[in-house]
Amino acid sequence: MWQALHEELGPRGFAAVTVALDARPEDARPWIEAAKPTHPSLIDTAHVVADLYNMVNVPTVLWIDERGRIVRPNDVAFGTDTFKHITGLEAARPLGALRAWVRGETPGFTADETRAHLALPTPADQEARAEFGLGEWLWRRGRRDAAGRHFDRAGALAPHDFTIRRGTMPMRGVDPMGPKFREMLGAWTTAGHSYYRPLPDTRG
Amino acid sequence: MPGDRLTILDGGRVDELPAPDGLALVERARAAGRPVALDREEGAAFLGVSAAERGRALATLEAPDFTLPDLDGRLHALSAQRGRKVLLVAYASW
Repeated sequence: MWQALHEELGPRGFAAVTVALDARPEDARPWIEAAKPTHPSLIDTAHVVADLYNMVNVPTVLWIDERGRIVRPNDVAFGTDTFKHITGLEAARPLGALRAWVRGETPGFTADETRAHLALPTPADQEARAEFGLGEWLWRRGRRDAAGRHFDRAGALAPHDFTIRRGTMPMRGVDPMGPKFREMLGAWTTAGHSYYRPLPDTRG
Repeated sequence: MPGDRLTILDGGRVDELPAPDGLALVERARAAGRPVALDREEGAAFLGVSAAERGRALATLEAPDFTLPDLDGRLHALSAQRGRKVLLVAYASW
């Protein structure tokens, strides 16, 4: 979908940049090969982008203008309605808004609006990312048990950070779509939290 | 060798140091308010970036730049897209 959008809007001065927060490039390969991207389609095993932009789940999308300024901070947008029955989020609304912005029909948020919607990291978020970073390095060196201890600590520090709690499941031999994930999601939503947190104007 | 050596992971850099030197770096990072994950048994420490520093950078609304590889290992910088409107999408197979 992002490739189709890139082709459609590229002539209007638009580019999609996609980043896979996957432990192994091989995990992302089937998606990338199916999409045949002509835009930068990147692999971020160390969650560099999640750290820089305080991303805590996927998909996360941002709009960045021609000058390299954020004009719409972290939001949730799906390229298709494949998961609509689960997420309750339609693809059409954010895509329509994006097209209008690229065509110059609507501006992005003002600087004040963007700042008001920015989700800034807490000290615990950054402690969690350090624990993840150490765990990821240990995991890559085959120190799986030690890595698991740091992933656990990271998840306890930032229980809302599913790039850590769910994203490390494949590194621990846990099915990220399976019963362990459903249990995690159930506990999270039962406690009154949302798994996806779109910006107010993206909500249906 | 865990015990007498400490590997310091800092912003993509990896330095293996004698443990006392590594621990001194860890203490300095902590004193500077940086998050630190330390594993003495494994002989490694990860020095992160503070919430205050990340918050300051984001509040400028300047999109933080990064350089990452594609599937073929070719590197791409976000800043190479300057002059275009960009949709930055983070996704995953999980």
